[in-house]
Amino acid sequence: MPRVKIARKSTATDMTAMCDVAFLLLTFFIMTSKFKADDPVPVAIPAYSKTVVLPEDNIATITIGSGKVFFGVEGVNIRKSMLEEMGHQYNIAFTPAETTMFMTLPTIGVPMGSLKTFLDTDPDKMKEIVQPGIPTDSVSNELFNWIHKAREADKALNNKSLYITIKGNSKEEYPTIGRVIQILQKQKVNKFSLITAQKSPN
Amino acid sequence: MAELDTSGGGKHKGGKVRSKKSSTRVDLTAMVDLAFLLITFFMLTTTLLKPKAMDLAMPDKDDQKTQMPVPASRTMTILLGSSNKIEWYMGEPGKSAPTVDNFGKTGLRKALLDNYDKVKKESGGKEMIVLIKPSDKSNYGNMVNALDELNITNIQIHAIVDITQPEIDELKKQNLY
Repeated sequence: MPRVKIARKSTATDMTAMCDVAFLLLTFFIMTSKFKADDPVPVAIPAYSKTVVLPEDNIATITIGSGKVFFGVEGVNIRKSMLEEMGHQYNIAFTPAETTMFMTLPTIGVPMGSLKTFLDTDPDKMKEIVQPGIPTDSVSNELFNWIHKAREADKALNNKSLYITIKGNSKEEYPTIGRVIQILQKQKVNKFSLITAQKSPN
Repeated sequence: MAELDTSGGGKHKGGKVRSKKSSTRVDLTAMVDLAFLLITFFMLTTTLLKPKAMDLAMPDKDDQKTQMPVPASRTMTILLGSSNKIEWYMGEPGKSAPTVDNFGKTGLRKALLDNYDKVKKESGGKEMIVLIKPSDKSNYGNMVNALDELNITNIQIHAIVDITQPEIDELKKQNLY
């Protein structure tokens, strides 16, 4: 009697479809992920036990560290009209190339007087320049104007009120922070957020 | 790799030795592994990098209507001094002895809870008001810490107020300025 032979089947599965899906997803995540912009100064944020997640657009961040203040706003259109308005205020005309350069910068920390030269420098060399921070004194009133123009631009372009956050180094001495809060209060921004890390209540 | 030999063993009895036809299939296992590893990485990094923040509302300085007089009997003032130390007192400055304290569970938090109960008992169920006055020698982390303690002890009425000269002198007396 002949033995019944069981056909041996291959255990190899067709992975082509799986591979396709995997790479499709990979491409999607690479495209959508936004890398965290480098802080111009080292900032160790303090921890707080009850935090909320910040929105991703319509937001301005004031970075404070080593006694310097930096300002940045999300959205290239807001940046563009903010720079134009600041140019009017301080009588500085920016070339289209300088405006384009400005639109790519996530944060700025140079006084208005040297902003033009800063924007003219080579993008590769820009990272090496140590930015002195935006002056916070009430004579030049620069930080006040930056925030004010950003809020106006957001109102005009998106009809939203700009969400203002402060990202401060926890070792930063209070006077710098106090001055920034004062500047915000002067333009009736009494509600803002402090960027903090999450910590457990104990 | 993950493929079993299904050819059925070597049955070459004589005959010609033929060159093997190699399969055109490529083993994709390693590639898929790598792709999924990267997917996992990007998925985790995109969701974990969302910045977190705390909301802070400052009292409106210009609006005189909404400013209410603060009853001294129900206020606790916290002065933030240098080297991560605080000093707190109840009521009006100079009338009750200030206490030098630390941040943390046994320091500020205990003081807040004790005073909260005491004020509630003495005033017949009314809430305590806490004023935080950061001095120029304190740092930003101190301020966030103090606010955090207020959040943990669930004291709703609090404000950040500018420090006054007598209070700076008081801090100087304790070597905290």
